[in-house]
Amino acid sequence: MLGTMRGGDLTGVRLGAAIVLGKMTATLSRRLQQGGGTTMPGRVARAVEPRLLPLLSRRLRYGSVIVAGTNGKTTTARLLAHIMREAGHHPVHNRAGANLAAGILSALLEDVDLRGRPAGDIGIFEVDEATVPRVLPHLAPRVAVFTNLFRDQLDRYGEIDTIAGLWRAAGEALPAGAVLVANGDDPLVYEAVRGLPGRLVAFGIEDERHALPAIEHTAEARYCYRCGTPYQYALTYFGHMGRYRCPTCGVGRPPLDVAAQDVALEGPEGAAFVLDAPGFGTVKVTTALPGLYNVYNVLAASAAAFVLGASVEQVRAAVASFAPAFGRAERIVAGGAELRVLLSKNPAGFNEVLRTVLSDGRRPVVLIAINDNIADGRDVSWLWDVDFEHLAGRADHVIVAGLRAEDMALRLRYAGIPDEAVDVQPGYEPALRSAVSRAAGRPVVVLPTYTAMLGIRDVLRRWGAVGRYWEH
Amino acid sequence: MGGGREVLGALSAPPALRICHLYPDLLNLYGDRGNIMVLVQRARWRGLPVTVTEVGLGEAVAPDAGDLFFIGGGEDRQQRIASDDLCRIKRAALEEAMRDGGVMLAVCGGYQLAGRYYRPAEGEDLQGLGLLDLWTEHPGPTTRRLIGNLVIEVEGMDDPLIGFENHGGRTHLGPGARPLGRVLTGFGNNGEDGWEGAVSRRVYGTYLHGPFLPKNPAFADRLIREALERRHPGVVLSPLPDAQAARARAVMLARLGQRAAG
Repeated sequence: MLGTMRGGDLTGVRLGAAIVLGKMTATLSRRLQQGGGTTMPGRVARAVEPRLLPLLSRRLRYGSVIVAGTNGKTTTARLLAHIMREAGHHPVHNRAGANLAAGILSALLEDVDLRGRPAGDIGIFEVDEATVPRVLPHLAPRVAVFTNLFRDQLDRYGEIDTIAGLWRAAGEALPAGAVLVANGDDPLVYEAVRGLPGRLVAFGIEDERHALPAIEHTAEARYCYRCGTPYQYALTYFGHMGRYRCPTCGVGRPPLDVAAQDVALEGPEGAAFVLDAPGFGTVKVTTALPGLYNVYNVLAASAAAFVLGASVEQVRAAVASFAPAFGRAERIVAGGAELRVLLSKNPAGFNEVLRTVLSDGRRPVVLIAINDNIADGRDVSWLWDVDFEHLAGRADHVIVAGLRAEDMALRLRYAGIPDEAVDVQPGYEPALRSAVSRAAGRPVVVLPTYTAMLGIRDVLRRWGAVGRYWEH
Repeated sequence: MGGGREVLGALSAPPALRICHLYPDLLNLYGDRGNIMVLVQRARWRGLPVTVTEVGLGEAVAPDAGDLFFIGGGEDRQQRIASDDLCRIKRAALEEAMRDGGVMLAVCGGYQLAGRYYRPAEGEDLQGLGLLDLWTEHPGPTTRRLIGNLVIEVEGMDDPLIGFENHGGRTHLGPGARPLGRVLTGFGNNGEDGWEGAVSRRVYGTYLHGPFLPKNPAFADRLIREALERRHPGVVLSPLPDAQAARARAVMLARLGQRAAG
């Protein structure tokens, strides 16, 4: 009895100390302008109390949701948090990109009081795809959302099959009653979650008008994960997203629980579609998020929201009022020009972004900023998997920036973009100035890798065009 | 006598570059198609006709399907599928093509498959084509992969080759193959002996993965010239403006502390 009490006290003391230290770190790093304290508080606090993540997260009344996948994590998690907020909840939510265990813990530390009581009632956390096995057992999520799997930063994550395998193994540890919200159009995701404990809610697109004439070279899943037979695709939307079936083992796209029908894409301005969710309802939604890839993000967030009890009307209203985050196509006015910054970090995402920004024929000025820092992936081979050939004849000026500006210019040369249309400006500020000065009434689209996006945001902040990033 | 045939060739039409791309949709892990794009463009910029024949799983390949055969990289699962297919229905034809003066560029996983065998971290050995006298073994799933920028010095070339490597397997050369180059920065074949890649006849294998030809135009032209020579001996390639490639090379060499030649 005495022993238990002592143990309890010690845990309490350590928990308290961890929280105080974590909060102090957050204040300090914010004051020192060390990037808003999005991961350091979690690292410091975890050193004091290693079990802090499960200890704090289990105090959330409605539990936690994780969102994992190559593309769309940040948008999906932010949108889901927005929907749940509109539905009367108080979500705790990690910052964009701070998606390792320390980032999630930092978000929780910010939310709790000094006694560890959370102000929020539900955790909505984007999780780095390779971190899922480390985070999932601690969070014991009610809902796990899997958006898609594409090649991305192979030098850091290893092979796509490895990630799918990690998810599968981690999924075995899901609590009973957990729900898996998964992209049914992505055979790699479906194979990773199929047969795991927990109910599967599959989402996808049902609109043959958006089918591509042929499967793209960015498709990762041409051969059945189980038996190696080539999948038969009745149609594909982009990459390997589509209606697939293995003729040998018979596994194909699952029936959809949440589907987008009658999809209307409005170029970079957004999209509208009918959200059809048998069992939950049917409603027409409009969103400022552009492109088919964002239709998937809206589907993922909506499906998770339905599972968590949001109504069709709450979802519709929240999707309509959702403003994209920095780097996710929000509209910015700078230097008299209209800018949109769209994070472009891997071939499948980049191709979709290019398709979206070039679709309205306004001949935008395009700024491409490529870095090869660890967070971007040190290997820029993937630039050769992006179809920059689409730019030829659709944009008059391309400015290239970042640590790999010269490599990007070389890529454009082989894509058939004339040398005189390309301006190499490795620095972000000269590059932005060059882009804005060439706009002449046309939109400017900025397509950066992750760390280049942060650099560009800093310049735009200095120009007074956007706020500090921890305010997003 | 041989000269007469050549003049006739030059009079009739410019020599055509015939590329055969093996498993474009299976072994394509790191922008491998970039190498094909560079070969095609550099021929076109010179006014040479180009054909690219793609040969996939289950399809037979003719020894005359191309003069320059390319095989890229894949994950272990894709490599296993390719290994079976290569050995079952393509090996004899590729051997004949190489005996007959054909050129092959095998990159990363393709490089491993051009050797005798690849022993992956888990599972049975993958049989290779045996076009290069080498073997590759993965020391196990917990061993560090060899990842990073890779710069090598190649005998007979003024400038080093620059690229990126990412492989778990360690490759060792037998007496029948010589290394492509000496490692200046990075790991190369096995991270131990300081050698990178392999050459035998006109079969080139390298861990410089994905699109390494864009930044190494002299090597791209060497492959093009050797491929054309199979049917047009003595062919000469006109020079191309490669200032942009030179700038991209200079940036990376400066960053890695290597001096750019020329």
